[in-house]
Amino acid sequence: MNVHLYEKIWMWAAGGIIVAFVATVLITGIGGALQPPSHVETIDPTQVFKDPRFAHPGVTVDATGATVVAFGMMFGFTPAEIHVPAGKPVTFRMTSADVTHGFLIVGTNANTMLVPGYVSQFTTVFQQPGEYLIVCHEYCGLGHHLMAGKLIVEGAKP
Amino acid sequence: MSDRTSRLALANLWVAIAAFGVASAMALMQALSRAALDLPWRSARMYYLSVTAHGTLMALVFTTFFIMALGYVVAERTLGRPVPHPGLAWTGYWVALAGTLATVAAILSGKATVLYTFYPPLKAHPAFYIGATLLVVGSWIWGFVVIRSYLAWKREHAGQPAPLALHGMLATVIVWLIATVGVAAEMLFLLIPWSLGLTKTVDPELARMLFWYFGHPLVYFWLLPAYVIWYAVLPKVAGGKLFSDPLARLVFILFIVLSTPVGFHHQFMDPGIAASWKLFHAVLTFAILFPSFVTAFTVTASLEVAGRLRGATGLFDWITRLPWGDPLVASVLLSMLLFAVGGLGGAINAAYGMNAVVHNTAWIQGHFHLTVGSATALTFMGTAYWLLPRLTGRELELGLLARVQPYLWFVGMVLFSISNHITGLMGMPRRIYDASYGGSAVAHAWRGLTAVSAVGGLFLFMSAGFFILVMLGTGLAGKRFAPEPIEWAEPLEPVSPRAGLLDRYGLWTMVAVLLVLIAYAYPLWAHLHMQTYGSPGFSPF
Repeated sequence: MNVHLYEKIWMWAAGGIIVAFVATVLITGIGGALQPPSHVETIDPTQVFKDPRFAHPGVTVDATGATVVAFGMMFGFTPAEIHVPAGKPVTFRMTSADVTHGFLIVGTNANTMLVPGYVSQFTTVFQQPGEYLIVCHEYCGLGHHLMAGKLIVEGAKP
Repeated sequence: MSDRTSRLALANLWVAIAAFGVASAMALMQALSRAALDLPWRSARMYYLSVTAHGTLMALVFTTFFIMALGYVVAERTLGRPVPHPGLAWTGYWVALAGTLATVAAILSGKATVLYTFYPPLKAHPAFYIGATLLVVGSWIWGFVVIRSYLAWKREHAGQPAPLALHGMLATVIVWLIATVGVAAEMLFLLIPWSLGLTKTVDPELARMLFWYFGHPLVYFWLLPAYVIWYAVLPKVAGGKLFSDPLARLVFILFIVLSTPVGFHHQFMDPGIAASWKLFHAVLTFAILFPSFVTAFTVTASLEVAGRLRGATGLFDWITRLPWGDPLVASVLLSMLLFAVGGLGGAINAAYGMNAVVHNTAWIQGHFHLTVGSATALTFMGTAYWLLPRLTGRELELGLLARVQPYLWFVGMVLFSISNHITGLMGMPRRIYDASYGGSAVAHAWRGLTAVSAVGGLFLFMSAGFFILVMLGTGLAGKRFAPEPIEWAEPLEPVSPRAGLLDRYGLWTMVAVLLVLIAYAYPLWAHLHMQTYGSPGFSPF
């Protein structure tokens, strides 16, 4: 195969860019700093309210951080308002009680799917105190655009 | 073209054009709705119905029928023999059309507002799933006929490589056959029995894995026929030659190998899939950037050849020498510019951790309207201007509209896409009827840009309207003439008369299947051996 010199240079450059992209993803991914929520745990979606893991949705705070237990259901999140401390790791444990929903805290990279039958879990830190909008980002029926919640990040008073 | 194949190609082409027309009207309604214009018919029910109809008609019906038409044209004109099995080819057409009508009827009657991704446990009328399955079955018959065309020719031309346009079309067929295994399994084993009431529940995550096994190679099923036009038609119409035939062959083979084992990059935010497998798919996703990088060089170099043959002598004046007034050339050049941005956006989506910032936000619709909505759709519209006169023997009517249309699309897409990329980064979800969120301050900040997006939608709608007018005008009232034959670009350097490694489709298909097994066999096996719980259906529409 006869490949023109300029094209060879281009292909090496393209290969170099791709290697750089992959290296970035591997270093940040395997280094553990940047992982998508990939928790593997199942739950009977028809028994979410009775399941001990989700029977008492809410926030538990201790010295090391906070745990949020929540679920999505047409067309809202329970609890609808979540209070967490700033600057400490917050672990979200969530699922859906009906169809597939999405969970996005606007202005952050806290983003996960809520798939019925599965428990989504991820840990993040909110540095900036304030009020955040939570939206459902997966179409879940005619009230999809109404499905929202509130996250209050509470910081130490200055 | 033989009359027999012309009729077959035209029948497919008209279904594609009709689907495009209806889907465009649906799109206008969505763009205006998002900008919160209070139109009399505006309602959540109509909005989500129109999203479903737009996605299904554009992504599945317009593309599939257009590609089937192009596939028959390429098979006949590259091989110089009528497409074999005409009865079977027509059967495929009617099966696909019947399926399409069933699916569209289910959507328009409001019984299938599940969007084109139809994630269970949202549950549509069985006609939606059965119809979509028939569309795929019809396309399988088409793929079989195209492969048979090639094999019949090959028997008489042992050891010769397939002409490049057919090479690209065979790659398209192979990608499609591998990809549709996933959606067929999802439909036949999960969704159809469930929608008919034969099974009570469905595993939503298993359905998502099967859907995205199909859903990503689907985008290469859309893209590869556009690449066939870029490599094998554009240089010819622009007055030049193809810069490199062997690298074009390499590109199509790489797509056969890499298209499918990448589907988890649509599911980075899903629970139930281990991070390590997501990372593996992410790496393969980056590999698939490579053939598109090569394409950018080869096609641009071919255009430079065209500009120089047209008298350009300076460093950049070959660009202005290109026939920007030709509707095919303008469509393809503008679609390539938009795709350059869309492709790099795709690299961001694939970036594993960074995906969390954009997943399911308006960024995504901004992204894929540059890829399938421009690289594919605009190229196909340009191709239709070139193809329809040659199939019907009628001159292109309303030529001025055809020349303006690609530029309107470009302007509309720039406005639409940029604004959606930005609102996506600002956190606006995709596919929402109303973006006000009860007067939330962050949501309020999206408003100016949703208006820009709506203006883009108006441009796009006008452009689509021009396209439909030109098609109807040409088909119904175009002056009869003796069209130029359909011809393919010649390579700058002669092609080897001997088939080489890059012409061994069976071998590369096996490599592709092996890679699919590595990427999917263990995750699927592990999933099926895990304690999972089914979900009953919901129809909240």
